[in-house]
Amino acid sequence: MTIIAKPQKPWASSRKQRVTSAGVILAALISTYVFVAITPLKGKLAYFAVFFLVFILYDFLYHTRIFGVQSGKDAIARGFVAMGIFVATLPIVSILVTVFNRGSGGLHWGLFTHDMTVNSVNDPINQGGLLHALTGTFTLVAIALVISLPIGLLTALYLTEIRGRFSGPIKFLVQAMSGVPSIVAGLFILAAIVYPVTKSYSGFMGALALTILMIPTIARTAEEVLLLIPNELREAGVALGGTQWRTVAMVVVPAARSGLVTAVILGIARVAGETAPIVLLTGGGDRVNPNPFKGPMGSLPFYIWKSFSVGTPESITRAWAGIFVLLVIVLVLFVCARLLTERRNN
Amino acid sequence: METAPLTSSLSSVAESASARRPVATQAMGVGLEARGIHAWFGQKHVLDDISLDFWSGTVTALIGPSGCGKSTFIRTLNRMHEFIPGAAMAGQVLLDGKDVYAPGTDVTKIRLKVGMVFQKPNPFPSMTISENVLAGLKLAQVKVENKDDLMQDCLERAGLWNEVKDRLDAYGGSLSGGQQQRLCIARALAVRPEVLLMDEPCSALDPGSTLKIEETISHLSSSMTIIIVTHNMQQAARVSDYTAFFLSDGGPGSMVEVGPTDQIFSRPKDKRTENYVTGRFG
Amino acid sequence: MRPAPPEKRELTTLPRFSDKVFRGVVTGGGLSSLVILGLIFAFLAYQGYSVLRSQGIHFITGSKWQIVQDAAGNVDYTQTKFGIAAMLIGTMLCSIIAVVIAVPISVLSALFLTFYAPPLVKRIMVAVVDLMAAFPSILFGLWGFFILMPSVEYWAKLIHKYFGFIPIFKLEAPVVTRSPFVAGVVLAVMIIPIITSISREIFSQTPLDRVQAAYALGATRWAMIRAVALPYGRSGIVGGAMLGLGRAMGETVAVYTVLNIIYQVNWHVLLGAGGNVASMILLKFGEAGPQEIKALMAAGLVLFLLTLLVNSLADFVVKRTGVKGR
Repeated sequence: MTIIAKPQKPWASSRKQRVTSAGVILAALISTYVFVAITPLKGKLAYFAVFFLVFILYDFLYHTRIFGVQSGKDAIARGFVAMGIFVATLPIVSILVTVFNRGSGGLHWGLFTHDMTVNSVNDPINQGGLLHALTGTFTLVAIALVISLPIGLLTALYLTEIRGRFSGPIKFLVQAMSGVPSIVAGLFILAAIVYPVTKSYSGFMGALALTILMIPTIARTAEEVLLLIPNELREAGVALGGTQWRTVAMVVVPAARSGLVTAVILGIARVAGETAPIVLLTGGGDRVNPNPFKGPMGSLPFYIWKSFSVGTPESITRAWAGIFVLLVIVLVLFVCARLLTERRNN
Repeated sequence: METAPLTSSLSSVAESASARRPVATQAMGVGLEARGIHAWFGQKHVLDDISLDFWSGTVTALIGPSGCGKSTFIRTLNRMHEFIPGAAMAGQVLLDGKDVYAPGTDVTKIRLKVGMVFQKPNPFPSMTISENVLAGLKLAQVKVENKDDLMQDCLERAGLWNEVKDRLDAYGGSLSGGQQQRLCIARALAVRPEVLLMDEPCSALDPGSTLKIEETISHLSSSMTIIIVTHNMQQAARVSDYTAFFLSDGGPGSMVEVGPTDQIFSRPKDKRTENYVTGRFG
Repeated sequence: MRPAPPEKRELTTLPRFSDKVFRGVVTGGGLSSLVILGLIFAFLAYQGYSVLRSQGIHFITGSKWQIVQDAAGNVDYTQTKFGIAAMLIGTMLCSIIAVVIAVPISVLSALFLTFYAPPLVKRIMVAVVDLMAAFPSILFGLWGFFILMPSVEYWAKLIHKYFGFIPIFKLEAPVVTRSPFVAGVVLAVMIIPIITSISREIFSQTPLDRVQAAYALGATRWAMIRAVALPYGRSGIVGGAMLGLGRAMGETVAVYTVLNIIYQVNWHVLLGAGGNVASMILLKFGEAGPQEIKALMAAGLVLFLLTLLVNSLADFVVKRTGVKGR
């Protein structure tokens, strides 16, 4: 009769270790309270700071006592690293909670069916809505996408399929373009097209500024995705007698389909919340404007911006409600992109 | 001329070689000729003066230890070698008497006549099985009257029709490794090549699939010229009519000996060939 | 003796029209970024040229911004002054504060995600950090104004109380709201996800054999990080920090709400004065007349060149030290 061994993990924390760790934390907590009570420090910040320092000190002493100074230093490092990730993610929790708290008060179904033609931002919040902002954002993003997607895709194809002598400079330029501040993109469209030619607000101009911001995102993501397509597929296509462009169009790009969709989603998320170029170029307006070439066009960021600027409690609640909707859109896009990536990796 | 003594391993290989179908004669003419092929990667000289004739209706196996340039050689035959940056070549490859490297040749037309099956099965993931088979037609813009008949014919010749006829709309990636490789063979057949190059087509597959593919190769060889690179000497003995032995001594690879398969395995003329096929190295 | 190998052949193929068109189209698309960047420079320079010429170097060194008009509304060019020095200094201050705060936190977070986090925690946190990088900047603007600013004011008062002897922390007037410090903190929150992402990717590429060699020699986790991960990732982190710097310099709406625009060169980070170029452009744009618009274009040009410079430096740093440091 054979005895089947039970899988064990002798390297995991033993009960004794866990109890000791809890003990160190407890000791630090108590010391913190005592310390803060004695000294003139007060406030949440004081508690956090003192607890952090005291805990690190105790952890260091404990580990040095038992394992030596190297282990003590390791304990200090661990404390700082934990602090780092805590501080980094605290804002996101705060932001999500704030948006939810302050924005949910302004939510109602009418948001999606009304615009602001008959109401002002100071009216009670269950009147009016942001339909014009939603349709505007949708229109702007769609126009920007129609222009940016081909250019971004072609740029990525140049870098991965042709790999000509401009590859180095082009990579650098795409990087540089992703650093262009959004207000500069807005000023550029003003200077290049609006002032010489049209001299008026329009949705299309705003969309053009957005393309400047969208192209680098799409190009970079598309390039990463195309590089992941194994070379054997390209070889197989060519060995069958395909020319380069047909191999790329019929084999490589379809194989990269889900990655390209991810690139599109990330591009949309990047520009959906851009405010500065919109303020410069598209204005806001209160009604749904179906014509992107004439007249100001509402958009979510502008709606939020304007509502905030007015400053009354009702308008500020509207602003938070607008942010709530925008955030939900960004969240949905992000989750879709993530799911696509996971599916691709499996 | 010294006859090499037969060892037990050699005898079994020789037996399977002669147990196979009778050696095809040279009567059907030359399918492909390589004359004085040299190849370079940058400054590195990797192939030295390879000259070989490949006869129509035969299977030629290229054997030899890894790294001696066999794969590089067959890639010079369908002009895939030139894709590697820094690649260069010299010599001629004559298809139907015409040099495929002649200036003014349309290289994509060459690849329609000289097809290739790769080591790792690579069906196009974005296409269904039927689309994969016909992919070559789309890529090369070849017009064909009856696509479905052609597809069925190719799948039958590749020995895959019965297994996939009910799921032609399934995606290429849903097949097993051996089935994927046969799909790639069917895909290569669709453009009606005169020559089929196979670069270690079974090395990524299990023995059962390997056997099926070897059967396929035997069936196909009557209608075209097949050149197969293989590490597996038993496979070479089973499948091929002619065998060429490649060797590199640290410098460029060269072809040591070529001849009918059972002669190479039972009475090799060169001592190095004998050492290789008896397993003393490699 | 082997005969010498023959000459290499020139490999040609019949040029196909469709392939030529393909190459042309793709190359054209690829060069579009060059075209766009060039056009940005050209048009901003064209519009802002007259202002730059009349103001000369004072555009960058002066800090007065006022339009002087006579009774008829015509602009008096000799008296009008446009100087963005205060704004430039402000931009630098806010961004540097943001980077100084963000980089340590980001590096520590990246270390956590790469070397400390268990797999499930890692997956979730990475998604969370990447999500934050996708938040729209106006969200940070509102959140910063309503939530962060009161806390930061409190911290500013503390800093002034204990460290006020250090020159940059002096306060001439007790105005701590809407200072470069607040803006810097908001910007830091914004760029932490970006720098963390970049650093995490760099750290995850630390050669595994070096990491394991360190452990095999008996190193603790921190000792391994110090010996292997940090030297390897150094240049990448610097590059990431500079990218964050570039991003912070160009931010507009995130700091618009928390930053005062006062045309006075202000080095005291806790004092609510100074400003930054991007916010100034946005602020002034609404009521600007044609002449002022030109000045704003010139300011935009300066900002464009500045961010371009920082991004190029970031690229250069990563490329140069990357090759040596490994």
